[in-house]
Amino acid sequence: MNSGDAMPADSVISVVLPSVLQPLAGGQSILTAPAEAAVTVEWVLDTVTGGYPALSRRLRDETGSVRRYVNIYVNGNEIRRLQGLVTAVAPGQEVLIIQSVAGG
Amino acid sequence: MDPMATAESYVLAIGTKKGLWLATSQDRKDWSLSGPHFLMSEVPSIAIDTRDDRTRILVGVRSEHWGPTVFHSDDLGGSWTEPENGAITFPDGTDAALERIWQIYPDAGSRPGVVWAGCEPISVWKSTDGGEHFELNRGLWDHPHRSEWGAGYGGAAAHSIVVDPTGEKVHVAMSTGGVYRSLDGGASWEPRNKGISAYFMPDPNPEFGQCVHKIAADAAVDGRLYAQNHHGVYRSDDDAESWESIAEGLPADFGFVMLTHPRRAGTAWVVPLKADGERIPPEGKLAVHRTDDAGASWKRLDAGLPEAEYNAVLRDAASVDGAEPAGVYFGTRGGSVYASADEGEHFTEVASHLPDVLCVRAAVVSTALLPAQA
Repeated sequence: MNSGDAMPADSVISVVLPSVLQPLAGGQSILTAPAEAAVTVEWVLDTVTGGYPALSRRLRDETGSVRRYVNIYVNGNEIRRLQGLVTAVAPGQEVLIIQSVAGG
Repeated sequence: MDPMATAESYVLAIGTKKGLWLATSQDRKDWSLSGPHFLMSEVPSIAIDTRDDRTRILVGVRSEHWGPTVFHSDDLGGSWTEPENGAITFPDGTDAALERIWQIYPDAGSRPGVVWAGCEPISVWKSTDGGEHFELNRGLWDHPHRSEWGAGYGGAAAHSIVVDPTGEKVHVAMSTGGVYRSLDGGASWEPRNKGISAYFMPDPNPEFGQCVHKIAADAAVDGRLYAQNHHGVYRSDDDAESWESIAEGLPADFGFVMLTHPRRAGTAWVVPLKADGERIPPEGKLAVHRTDDAGASWKRLDAGLPEAEYNAVLRDAASVDGAEPAGVYFGTRGGSVYASADEGEHFTEVASHLPDVLCVRAAVVSTALLPAQA
């Protein structure tokens, strides 16, 4: 689902992409997943990247693990400090994807 | 003027730690450089596949953030395509994830759609559609030795693939595991390292575990292979059943590169580095060494190379083209790239101050394919 779908804000979960990944999502900066109740980060990622397999591979490897230098935030907290991919996300909340500051 | 001289040009693809550069030339002396492509992603593997009336550049790209993938271009880098579901992905049940694509190897001209890949973790892959989708070689993946293979400094990978004209004999070299051979097109594999020293192991002559850096096949002698090892330069005349040293005459037996001539028997090139603890050209003097007699003797080639150079040349940062005479190309970890139009007798600098050069590949292409300014 994309940001152009008109749904009440409290019935979707928004995933905010960094600009470098937006071309892999048809140019969208925000992808949304419909949610009636709390779901996991894993479910959200599966849902919003289902139509964008190249985007999915940038975020997680074949085992489903989040890549080492990809940081995913829920309510301002990085999910590695929460419950990882099974961290709960409620309708209306935002999932933020940010590449870590690393490299040389 | 020879009409062929104007019909053909040369493409040199340079994969670095921070992107890909492409150089084109009509004489292999004056080069036009373009890039970077894939800025800030490393490009450790390249193939320029000129089979099937098409010039396809395949690149293994790896972003520290976003992982590895394969792109291809059929217009010399004008546009790049990434297969939607990824060209190389570990299948369910392997519990493995692709770390890095170390080698992309187009098969013989008689099998134009077949492309092989060697990857980290140690694995071999085969495509039958020109490199758009690869299948994991299960014979090597499920090999009982797998748990005993180790990682070299750069990672645990299959980095060399050599396929004979029949397609039945396949040799793979891995760090660290040594040379493995298949006589059934890749269905089953056995180690073939007899004669290659593994001085760094308790048993210096193990069945496998050698730290081979690169292997290449002789162009014209069936069953002849050359290997540059972690200390040791070897030749086999019996499809790797046994290996003998051909290091005598070289200033050092360490290095990463092993190139063979595209057509002529007995010709190979290495780029010696001093030693395990000092991975620099001997005395800081960079030189390529060529044999024309299958390793019985070596000729030092340094015309056109700098007086002092302390950077190493990595295993895939060297290549030959298919022209006559053969062109020889290499790049250093200091970002310099050199080309020779005469089999190494004289070199000219193609580029300098690039990021660490990880891979170079060169090919003869139709001039009509080059951008207009070339």
